[in-house]
Amino acid sequence: MTHLLSAEHLGRDDAVAILDTAEELKRTLLHREVRKLPTLRGRTVVTMFYENSTRTRVSFEIAGKWMSADVINVSASGSSVSKGESLRDTAATLAAAGADCVIVRHPASGAPQRIAGWLDGVSVINAGDGMHEHPTQALLDAATLRERLGGLEGRRVLIVGDVLHSRVARSNVHLLRTLGAEVTLVAPPTMLPDGMDRWLDEAEVPVSYDLDAELPGTDAVMMLRVQAERLGGGGDSSAGFFPSTREYSISYGLSEARARLLPEHAVILHPGPMLRGMEIASSVADAQNSVITEQVRNGVHVRMAVLYHLLASEETK
Amino acid sequence: MTTRREGVTPAEEPEGQRVLLAEADVARTIARMAHQVIEKTAPEEGAPPVLLGIPSRGAPLARRLAGRIAEFSGQTVDTGIVDVTLYRDDLRLRPNRPLEPTTLPEDGIDGRLVVLVDDVLYSGRTIRAALDALRDHGRPKAIQLAVLVDRGHREVPIRADYVGKNVPTSRAEDIAVLLTETDGTDGVVLRPAREEGDQG
Repeated sequence: MTHLLSAEHLGRDDAVAILDTAEELKRTLLHREVRKLPTLRGRTVVTMFYENSTRTRVSFEIAGKWMSADVINVSASGSSVSKGESLRDTAATLAAAGADCVIVRHPASGAPQRIAGWLDGVSVINAGDGMHEHPTQALLDAATLRERLGGLEGRRVLIVGDVLHSRVARSNVHLLRTLGAEVTLVAPPTMLPDGMDRWLDEAEVPVSYDLDAELPGTDAVMMLRVQAERLGGGGDSSAGFFPSTREYSISYGLSEARARLLPEHAVILHPGPMLRGMEIASSVADAQNSVITEQVRNGVHVRMAVLYHLLASEETK
Repeated sequence: MTTRREGVTPAEEPEGQRVLLAEADVARTIARMAHQVIEKTAPEEGAPPVLLGIPSRGAPLARRLAGRIAEFSGQTVDTGIVDVTLYRDDLRLRPNRPLEPTTLPEDGIDGRLVVLVDDVLYSGRTIRAALDALRDHGRPKAIQLAVLVDRGHREVPIRADYVGKNVPTSRAEDIAVLLTETDGTDGVVLRPAREEGDQG
């Protein structure tokens, strides 16, 4: 593996190898005094974030530092990007300055793929590109589900909410199915991608508009944030995708009453940031079967595993 | 110990292979090493040593050695596994390696006498990595090294405290240590190298 650009093109063997490594890293770091491994000493990792982020950027930075890589953070607002430098020139600059790995978040779908094509000898990791993919999020979700459910083969996972704008949903659909889980999408008809039939086979990834009907038979439910910044529509928070936020919440929000429909063993995921009271009730987000903070914790180990697989072995250079 | 093993006839040895230790020899060698560990660590005050195996074959070896030490001395001996993959200095020279589990005794290794256990001592680089790994896990009182086979060709200044068998080898040869736990049978075989071995 040289790059991690999408979950769609991540093979089962590579995905399982990354998850196994993450699990081992988590175990080995758990009771240690020194939470630092020398594995990536002397390698330079640059995070290049063209969109706001807390958990993904921090998680990558911690992951890199715990592996002893030198981590440098570049954000669009504090760099030459704000002076009008092109993506290609910025990427080439970072590579020339000595980056071994560039971690990219960009509002345009496909930006990391372009960078991977431009740069030679630099690993590129997609940390979220537009409405396309967010592969490390899918990997940490898979790690959390594997840990909590004991495996993914044959498990039923609901992905609920703004599927249209969600790179998390797209990456999860691909990765979870690669790992043998059954995925069902639940969303308002307006928040599903145009041409769903060309993207996914309805028989393999069913779509439902009725959350209550789906909850009792599921092993995990993943709530998505309604991405106001991608809806357009100026000041109107619903922008015509749904009548009102209150109505969205009533139809597709995970309320306390709805959470009670879940089987005993089922877990609740959210990629964050959460809008408490919108897609998920505050008490549900903090409930026993919510694994939302566990997802963040696993995010560090999964990203360490990704860096290990991309940067530690001979194939990268 | 340098003569050919009785009971193993040349007909049983595939072309180019030489059996250095047969099944019974492995058991005897481990028993002898157990006595040596007891002898050398007995005057130590306090807890008995902790035996930490280096994956893959060091792990079952450590358990066996601990079993014999417990049998001979009556003291229970803690064992564990310390994976050194993340500490190797040759990661970038090879394809990706999967990690092996690391397990340490409940109360850690601080202040304990740690005996690292591996199958073959070769360049010494694996042991160097293990010393680095131990430093991140705690501060042992002392660290010793036990290996089933020492084949020479050291690349770093490291030596073993307990050696099952010294085998002068050429770099063009491979030492294969077979253990029931990992290979279905016990034995040590010398054979021409197929490719660059990763024994350390």
